[in-house]
Amino acid sequence: MVFGGIDIGSTATKAALIDDSGALLGSAVRRSGVDFTASANLALEEAAKQAGVDQKDIVGIFSCGYGRKNATMAQETRTEIACHAAGAYHHFPQALTVVDIGGQDNKIIKLNAKGMRTSFKMNRKCAAGTGAFLEEMALRLDLPLESLDQLARDAQEEATLGAYCTVFTATEVLSKIRDGVKVEALVKGLFRSVVKRVMEMDILEGTVVMTGGVAAHNPYLAQMLSEELGRQVLLPPRPQLNGAWGAAILARDFRARQLARE
Amino acid sequence: MSEKTPPIQATKMMKKLMADHFLALDRAAAEGSPKVAWCTSVGPAELLIAMGFEVYYPENHGALLGASRIATDTIPVANAIGYSPDICSYLTADVGAFLKGITPLTKAYGIKGVPKPDVLVFNTNQCRDVQDWFEWYGRHFNVPAIGVRTHRGVGEVREYMVADVAQQIKDLIPTLEKVSGNKFDIDRLREVVGLSKQCTEQWRAVLEYGARVPAQMNFFDHTIHMAPAVVLRGRPEAIEYYNTLLAELVEREKAGYSAVPGERLRLYWDGMPVWGRLRMLAELMNELKAAIVCSTYCNSWIFGAFDAADPFESMARAYTELFIVRDEAYKEAYMLEHVERYGCQGIIFHDAKTCPNNSNSRYGLPQRFAEVHGVPSLVINGDLNDLRCFSDEQAKTNIEAFVEQIEEMAA
Repeated sequence: MVFGGIDIGSTATKAALIDDSGALLGSAVRRSGVDFTASANLALEEAAKQAGVDQKDIVGIFSCGYGRKNATMAQETRTEIACHAAGAYHHFPQALTVVDIGGQDNKIIKLNAKGMRTSFKMNRKCAAGTGAFLEEMALRLDLPLESLDQLARDAQEEATLGAYCTVFTATEVLSKIRDGVKVEALVKGLFRSVVKRVMEMDILEGTVVMTGGVAAHNPYLAQMLSEELGRQVLLPPRPQLNGAWGAAILARDFRARQLARE
Repeated sequence: MSEKTPPIQATKMMKKLMADHFLALDRAAAEGSPKVAWCTSVGPAELLIAMGFEVYYPENHGALLGASRIATDTIPVANAIGYSPDICSYLTADVGAFLKGITPLTKAYGIKGVPKPDVLVFNTNQCRDVQDWFEWYGRHFNVPAIGVRTHRGVGEVREYMVADVAQQIKDLIPTLEKVSGNKFDIDRLREVVGLSKQCTEQWRAVLEYGARVPAQMNFFDHTIHMAPAVVLRGRPEAIEYYNTLLAELVEREKAGYSAVPGERLRLYWDGMPVWGRLRMLAELMNELKAAIVCSTYCNSWIFGAFDAADPFESMARAYTELFIVRDEAYKEAYMLEHVERYGCQGIIFHDAKTCPNNSNSRYGLPQRFAEVHGVPSLVINGDLNDLRCFSDEQAKTNIEAFVEQIEEMAA
């Protein structure tokens, strides 16, 4: 049987199709844009095509993310917190701390050994340390977003950035540019800022898994967080798809419970 | 169990009581008699009533500004004259509304403006901001702004605290006699304290209906029906109102109604309401079939210490026993007792940006509840009146995820 998950985030819409074992059959990532329903439909269509399955053969679909209620094909909605938890636990079935860095929100989700959530935290109403923060800074530095990871890796030095606020950080960055600080050092400083914002949200205990689009495109962030924690931070196979994959896992489990009741 | 929950009929009576209250204040201010006293929500209202004042509560007006979302336009006006966006948004909403010359009382009751005060009487048991708020009006109207400075961070309520506050209340009398033109009468004060005691006991009985399974009233009902306990305590009409409401609750329970049809989860709310988003939050909780059955805020109008035989000391004790002025250990024990008694499966802490005194999530209490008592909690960021500090989407996602988490753990 085929199960689907749609994660309509503030920046990107992700679709994942899985089989009974939870293995990925097909996937797609699209810009969420201004029509969440359309982007969800297109992402699902693309994932189905990649998987070589007909959409009518998808037994159950769950959705999550900001636009979860716009996914008209979904039978049920779940929060992205539930779905990132399910996705991470599928890949690493043990007690976990999941760090999801999204476009607008950061989340820290704690799971027990059975995969049940024991607590979660979202960042306060502020985009510091999120994907939106890095996008804004890339714009300020006139850098392509996809170049940040390599620039941070190449840095010989690191600029210290102290502000909480994205706008104030931009002012700090401008001041550093004026002082002749190298762009690589600035980018590494921005990455450090993301890591610090995450670490002040909660205690990152046990096995830590990093998910979301920001980690997918900037795996050096996971390396920096590993260095800060003194232990390796894990990445699932497709970090950006983790929420959609988790939604599909929840759809599969829901179906299994339904069948058990019948 | 009925899936339908008809509206509470007593609400109509309450609307009339509130209209009468504000019209009496408007008349008094226009005619110059009786004199008008402004009072903080847990100020010495009993003394003011006993001395013949009509009593007006700016905090109640602040809540009305928030609920009507007029606050969104008036807070920036107060910010512009030097009152920071980080201080009490009841204060900034109210002062801003005054400067703009607007009030929700106009639409509700046809009243042009808030009643001009002859005296302002505060009690700092809510916060220091109420004092600064009243002093602003005192300067504006050139009338006395006097008050009581309550002890804070109180563990055990000690006799010296009670004696001090009682003396401070007594010290208000000469000014109040001068402003009102009336002589203080201890028997009248005893009578009013007795009426406040009855009101508070009835309000407690109303809140107890949240402890029923399913709950007969929830937090959102309480924020509406607490109005008489806030602005009419010490007056017989508040007692009459709660008699009516309690009789109706008996019948509603027999009929099988519940505050949240299909209740499947029970929660505790700590902190201020988000006045401008009460409906959104109530609808969300209904959708999730989660009932908020108990709250710190609505319990704040239970004053068990009132004793007509000993009016000054009992008022002092009542104003000092309040949750808001107590230390962390007291707050933790108080909340735990209510969480257990009301059968709550989790706590939602509202961290109100401009109300640190009514936000109990800032010193690790949610974590202690989880680690020591095994009670899961959620902190949502927001504000009582300033909707610039509140994100609908973040609040919704947080609350939905919290409900998912509790249900997952219970499964």
